[in-house]
Amino acid sequence: MNSHLRRAIGTALLGSLGLIALAGCGEDSGGPGGADSKTVTLVSHNSFAVSKAVLAEFTEKTGYKVRRQTGGDAGSAVNQAILSKDHPQGDVFFGVDNTLLSRALDHDLFTPYRAKDLDRVPAEFQLDAGEHRVTPVDYGDICVNYDRAYFADKKLAPPRTFADLTKPAYKNLLVTENAATSSPGLGFLLGTAARYGDEGWKGYWKKLRANGVEVVDGWEQAYFDRFSGGGKGDKPLVVSYASSPPAGVADLKTKPAKAPTGVATGTCFRQVEFAGLLNGASNTKGGKALLDFLLSKRFQADVPLSMYVNPAREDVKLPELFTRYGVEIADPATLSPQKISKNREPWVKAWSSLVL
Amino acid sequence: MVLARPVGTASEKTTGDTGSTGAAGEAREVGPPRDPRGAALRLALMAVPLAFFGIFFAYPVAAIVTRGLRTDGRWRFGRIPEVVSDPAVVDVLWFTAWQAAASTALTLLIALPGAYVFARFAFPGKGLLRAVVTVPFVLPTVVVGSAFLALLGRGGLLDELWGVRLDTSVWAILLAHVFFNYAVVVRTVGGLWAQLDPRQEEAARMLGASRLSAWRRVTLPALAPAVAAAALMVFLFTFTSFGVVQILGGPHYATLEVAIYRETAQLLDLPTAAVLSLVQFAAVGGVLALHAWTVRRREGALRLVDPARTARRPQGPAQWALLGSVLAVAALLILTPLAVLVERSLNGPDGYGFDSYRALQSAADSGGTFFVAPLEAVGNSLRYAAVATVIALVVGGLAAAALTRRAGRLVRGFDALLMLPLGTSAVTVGFGFLIALDEPPLDLRASWMLVPLAQALVGVPFVVRTMLPVLRAVDHRLREAAAVLGASPLRVWREVDLPLVGRALAVAAGFAFAVSLGEFGATVFISRPDHPTLPVAVARFLGRAGELSYGQAMALSTILMLVCAASLVALERIRTDRSGEF
Repeated sequence: MNSHLRRAIGTALLGSLGLIALAGCGEDSGGPGGADSKTVTLVSHNSFAVSKAVLAEFTEKTGYKVRRQTGGDAGSAVNQAILSKDHPQGDVFFGVDNTLLSRALDHDLFTPYRAKDLDRVPAEFQLDAGEHRVTPVDYGDICVNYDRAYFADKKLAPPRTFADLTKPAYKNLLVTENAATSSPGLGFLLGTAARYGDEGWKGYWKKLRANGVEVVDGWEQAYFDRFSGGGKGDKPLVVSYASSPPAGVADLKTKPAKAPTGVATGTCFRQVEFAGLLNGASNTKGGKALLDFLLSKRFQADVPLSMYVNPAREDVKLPELFTRYGVEIADPATLSPQKISKNREPWVKAWSSLVL
Repeated sequence: MVLARPVGTASEKTTGDTGSTGAAGEAREVGPPRDPRGAALRLALMAVPLAFFGIFFAYPVAAIVTRGLRTDGRWRFGRIPEVVSDPAVVDVLWFTAWQAAASTALTLLIALPGAYVFARFAFPGKGLLRAVVTVPFVLPTVVVGSAFLALLGRGGLLDELWGVRLDTSVWAILLAHVFFNYAVVVRTVGGLWAQLDPRQEEAARMLGASRLSAWRRVTLPALAPAVAAAALMVFLFTFTSFGVVQILGGPHYATLEVAIYRETAQLLDLPTAAVLSLVQFAAVGGVLALHAWTVRRREGALRLVDPARTARRPQGPAQWALLGSVLAVAALLILTPLAVLVERSLNGPDGYGFDSYRALQSAADSGGTFFVAPLEAVGNSLRYAAVATVIALVVGGLAAAALTRRAGRLVRGFDALLMLPLGTSAVTVGFGFLIALDEPPLDLRASWMLVPLAQALVGVPFVVRTMLPVLRAVDHRLREAAAVLGASPLRVWREVDLPLVGRALAVAAGFAFAVSLGEFGATVFISRPDHPTLPVAVARFLGRAGELSYGQAMALSTILMLVCAASLVALERIRTDRSGEF
């Protein structure tokens, strides 16, 4: 009996050791702790995408293999990077935008590096131009989208500006997202703050509320469940992206003459996404090469169809899908990252008690 | 092939009065005398689960909570009273608790008759239906939310028929919670119910008890531990509900889980998040204590029989009516939302057809790294879920074996610890993994193992709660008899326990598998982008505008449903084969 007992204990202990060993095996080749200089690790949010062929070209040219690591949505990914900055998950971080930039920089997340082709990027995107801790990679706009068929049926001109949205003609037509939980929801709020001023936006939202704006929690519900233009809903206006119309027709086999949805160009808020070399990266050289690559013509030309955003470089041509079904937003609302960082929380709180 | 059974014990127990008085309970203990060797064995069995939970749950969670409460080497407890006394937080806590309690009650009310029907009646398609009602478990909440909105929302089925809208009402939340958790009750309670010997209830009736009192005094006490276990799991699940509340309740409703997610993932206010996590722990701890207290005296040896023997065709109009109404409720509540998803996957921009399914493949073929081929995602999901199931079965099985013999407070505490992951915010676990498991010898930042480990964490409670009531019901005298005849502890377990708990094991495996297949909250933080699981891939499609993207998301969800149902039916098969050993 005793020997059986001993065997049972032994099995249990072996088992637990096995589990720990199994865990230890996790450090496979090229882990961030490893000294494998031929692998470079890119940390990003889960919307990052690139064509396989383009990525393969990078490996071919530089010899570095790219390993990717993601951490949820954009906000989560940035926060994870901040929390793990003593033992960074990788070498390069992609996907911090202007609404989160100040937080990332305040936490000293990045090592300065001036990417090779930075002079091809318009100055308006270079929000850290003095220090080059981050490199602008792409931009996009959060705008009100409209359902073309609805407004054609009603013989009503679709709204164009923030002010239009409060007009009686568009009563009960708009659905937006919770600014506290959704990135387009926050972008739309920031857009109104940029347009109507630090206090003035509250008055605007009161009017918007009186005009029957509906708030749902996330973009998926707003776009697919409430919006009539791209989903199954009955609201012809939704807060979405300027690139939503081209994205919506991307995989259609027979392309329509016009996208079924349009963009209210005077309701846009600009988002710029950045990448940076993480402090404490184990492969600094590879990281720099990867940053150069993110600004290379090849990668930049791939950005629109992979991620449905616009390339930061000015000398890259947009694909036909974008030029045919999308619009270029000439004069979007913008706010400085510092201002966003300072006001984000109080504004969202004020917005919640005002609108919800 | 009835089990050899020492005369008397089981029926003595089950027909005895089950008043909650301690003395009566004490008298019914059929446990073995405590001996030091047993304690040592138990400790040995507990080593693996303890190590697992220490490393992959307690340590990461403690790390993230500590990070919030400790700055510059000093504890900042001052934040606790501030947060706890915030009226907004009190509101959230109150809503979280009552919606969970209401959801649990409603789920029990609707699913207990289902458990009975699945346990006692034989009807064609039973195995398939049992698999299908488990399917909701694996579906991403955002997809289910969309289906519910289609039924309950504006312009939905209810609206068109009767002008009733339930979205943005708490009813939508409760119904969705029933939808998700129906299977928990049916499988946990039904699993044990099917093995209860119906002749005991018949004997009680023969002795003059009315149908109701026979049920109340014979069957109900025997089922109580399983019902309590199911209720506990449903409560913990709904207590930490995230997507359902957000999508169906609208931005006005928020659970503690949502608040923790916002503070951690969006605002990076770790001190507040840490306090909220502690509040969540306290609440969950209270519920676990309550559960432990209620079931403590109720578990005992039962007479377990082959489930195939207890199920028979319904007889008489009353039984047919019961079967019919249970099937109708299941169809209405579970099949309709599932049918909506399938319908939407087939209803593309160009009318009905398989366009969305074809587009899934072509999106992957176009060479992007973002969309993977559906088969590849299925493969990833199955692989991760299989590994997670094995881990959950090993860890949960050992834990259940250790807990089979009731013992002191320490062991009960261990039992509660195993349940905690169900009541812990996914974002806390996900972020905890990240900051805790980042240094050798436990540097898992780049490891694929993170995903099955996180999934197993949610699977273990199911394994323990499904196995434990059955293991405890095994009459200890069988084990003693085997030991007297010279069997080693391992052999006793193999020859006595395993055949009796084979069914529970299969049910547990099914749960662990389904939970792992559907886990999203933590997986999304730690999965590798080039190896997305099905729910993660669904979320990617839903992140892109366009009718076709929506169709693709629904198509992938339908595939997820099929994968889940097929896996569960396969598991049922294994079990049916096994039951030959009875």
